[in-house]
Amino acid sequence: MWSERASAFMAWVDERLPVTKFWNDHAAKYYAPKNFNFFYFFGSLALLVLINQLVTGIFLAMAYKPDATLAFDSVEMIMRDISWGWLLRYMHSTGASAFFIVIYLHMFRALLYGSYKKPRELIWLFGMVIFVLLMAEAFMGYLLPWGQMSYWGAQVIISLFGAIPVIGEDLALWIRGDYVVADATLNRFFALHVVAIPIMLLALVVFHLAALHTTGSNNPDGVEIKKLKGMDDIPLDGIPFHPYYTVKDLFGAGVFIILFVLVVFYLPEGGGFFLEGPNFEPADPLKTPEHIAPVWYFTPFYSILRAVPSKFGGVVAMGASIVVLFLLPWLDRCRVKSIRYRSPVYGILLGLFVLAFFGLGVLGTKPVSPLNTILARVFAMMYFGFFLLMPWYSAKEKTFPEPMRLGEAVVPLAKRRGRHWDIVRQGLAAIQNSAIFQSMILRVVVGFIVFFVLLDFLFYF
Amino acid sequence: MTDDIDNRKRRFLTQSAAVVGAIGAGFAVTPFLASMQPSAKARASGAPVEVDISRLEPGQLIRVMWRGKPVWVLRRTPEALATLAEVRDKLLDPDSEESEQPEYAANEARSLKPEIFVAVGVCTHLGCSPTYRPDQRPADLGPDWLGGFFCPCHGSLFDIAGRVYKGVPAPKNLEIPPYRYLTESLLFIGGANEEESA
Amino acid sequence: MKRLLAVTLAAVSLTVGASEGLPPIQSVDIDVFDRDSVRRGAEFYVNYCQGCHSLKHIRYSRLAADYDISDEIMKSNFLLGERKMHETLQSAMKPEDSEKWFGAPAPDLSLAARARGADWIYSYLRGFYLDPSRPTGVNNLYLPNVAMPNVLGGLQGLQKPVISHEGGMEFVERLELAKPGSMTPDQFDEALTDLMNFLVYVSEPSMLQRLPLGKYVLGFMVLLTYLLYRVKKEYWKDVH
Repeated sequence: MWSERASAFMAWVDERLPVTKFWNDHAAKYYAPKNFNFFYFFGSLALLVLINQLVTGIFLAMAYKPDATLAFDSVEMIMRDISWGWLLRYMHSTGASAFFIVIYLHMFRALLYGSYKKPRELIWLFGMVIFVLLMAEAFMGYLLPWGQMSYWGAQVIISLFGAIPVIGEDLALWIRGDYVVADATLNRFFALHVVAIPIMLLALVVFHLAALHTTGSNNPDGVEIKKLKGMDDIPLDGIPFHPYYTVKDLFGAGVFIILFVLVVFYLPEGGGFFLEGPNFEPADPLKTPEHIAPVWYFTPFYSILRAVPSKFGGVVAMGASIVVLFLLPWLDRCRVKSIRYRSPVYGILLGLFVLAFFGLGVLGTKPVSPLNTILARVFAMMYFGFFLLMPWYSAKEKTFPEPMRLGEAVVPLAKRRGRHWDIVRQGLAAIQNSAIFQSMILRVVVGFIVFFVLLDFLFYF
Repeated sequence: MTDDIDNRKRRFLTQSAAVVGAIGAGFAVTPFLASMQPSAKARASGAPVEVDISRLEPGQLIRVMWRGKPVWVLRRTPEALATLAEVRDKLLDPDSEESEQPEYAANEARSLKPEIFVAVGVCTHLGCSPTYRPDQRPADLGPDWLGGFFCPCHGSLFDIAGRVYKGVPAPKNLEIPPYRYLTESLLFIGGANEEESA
Repeated sequence: MKRLLAVTLAAVSLTVGASEGLPPIQSVDIDVFDRDSVRRGAEFYVNYCQGCHSLKHIRYSRLAADYDISDEIMKSNFLLGERKMHETLQSAMKPEDSEKWFGAPAPDLSLAARARGADWIYSYLRGFYLDPSRPTGVNNLYLPNVAMPNVLGGLQGLQKPVISHEGGMEFVERLELAKPGSMTPDQFDEALTDLMNFLVYVSEPSMLQRLPLGKYVLGFMVLLTYLLYRVKKEYWKDVH
């Protein structure tokens, strides 16, 4: 009865708006490779964080005042006088950092499995535009609390534009709308942060996903599943996104939210990385804090800026460090996509690149010293070397033969290869043989937690 | 695809996850909606106000701000009080049965002491603030007007105790806020009980 | 548990305030759930600090509600002069006067514990020593040439520096009590700990909601995630 009515209603709608077709095209009959691993959670998580930022942002904007004389106090009003305002604010501030963690891992996944390579160049380009917009969004958002770090961070970053020859100073002035960062800057950053950039971000997310669903997803083996199709024209190694990946991504979202809640409720300042101490002092144009550092997610690029001993050169290097990422699909000439079948050389170079990226990030939070500058230069060379030498080393790589079919979707722990899985297996065996585990009461308690949560968790990946 | 799928188990798990998820979503929505309630700051500016009425002349009306709304304090003349019984038949709710007022103001004069009238000066129709028109039988309001309040927005009429006339858009008498006398000449508007007056 | 959390929190919120050349700061155990301590700290603040320093982001009513302080006690001990419950803990001193008398406006301390860390403030307040070269007669180990006079000198007593020389440089090795105050050093440290608990609370009153609530949200999410995991596993039986 009810289901008849519902299907009649859906038929009525479908004649006017292709809802069912859309659902099938993008979920129920969208076939994704069956062997997605841990790194494939971060796409949907990025969407989740984006929604979190939009919703909390809307409610914060109801109480926030984009006025240099009121902004700081209005943030404290949100923290104290608005019911649950503290939760909204911490969700938003933690969300900003979570966004970058998720996006960096998402991008790292592309480097691991060659997801940017033909035919997915546009997906990568749209993704890179999203990344740049996200940096702009985060930078402008960070000015809004109008604390000391907000103010001086913005002052420094906007001054970078001043390094551009001829038009630089005028450009910086135009961005600020005043001779220093001031009320006008705050007001326009607010407009851009809450209206302009979110709209652009949403549009680009649509493009990113539309392009993805045109080519289909890559996977850890880097093999195109569309090459092998069954009689029904369905890829042999594909599974419908819904329900298989919807339930899997929901579980991933659950784990992510647990970590997110831990930070929001117990560590909202993120050890001074998510919310910086000096930002609890109102902006004072007459007094620079002793040590200013950008928020952690900008520090790798900030380090590159500082590693170059000239103002203009630094700006160029920092810009280049972003631009080079856009070129990635054309720098990589390797025949195979996935790191699994690339030569170990690529693995080592990627490892060094990650080391350099982390190194730059850590250095960016620290004051300048001769040693730090040398280290930053070495890491910057490694960063650029990874990309600029890529056309050369990737073309010469000795690759392994790619399989025709994908491996098992869920590999049992016992079958997994690699030293890190050996360590996991040894660790589990040690726990099982330990005295605590043997004792009866603890066995029930610990066993329940470890077995169901941890062990299952490991089986999962 | 295997055949040994336990559909009942699958449905049970899906449904229980959906129910728990829905409960979680319900809890998650609450802080967002609650954040739109008046803030502690708004509630603080809604704190009670004290009004000195020692220099209030008969017939004079003063306006004070309470919770961002105009509150009138009027010292009514004996002549004005005499009109209360006279206009009775023209009123929609002369005994203030439907209107909002503290219990102690649910009388004909709608006040603690007849000569001092305290009311929220906001029309019960759509929220304009009526004008004080103590003049009797003026040209614009006609020969039946015995003094009271006239709302310029949609023409609602109220008598000198804020009671609404019949046949005008306003549905209710004007609201009377909680108030009390701290001394003979000091009014305390907004907090009738100790808790609110804190 | 709460105490442990609060302590961890304080350790995390500790911002590195020690610049080069200054002695290391001492740490203080913070517990905003210690009601008596926070109440004592609040009274201490009203008596010794509020003369100059405002707390413009905290209302008397919030303090009373969060720590169950009765109206009578609020009226007798906190609401000095014409102050009202819904008002914030403003200082009576105008910033202009402060600037005139001390050369700098006395900063608002609402967020001091978050900006500099409770440990720093604690060390700073214990770090005053006699220095005749200063107009106030005192100097501070952690904020050299500070404009603030030694307000708590009567309680703590007056300290004089023990100077040591190393490599031609003079530096203050430690401080020594030259003239005892009305409190013993232990009593004084305890009073400061109370004050720090109060200031940490003031810097983020929502802590009292946030910390107790977290475990329920976490517990719920673990349950939901476990269910989602079971659902995932059930569906993925299909995939080979």
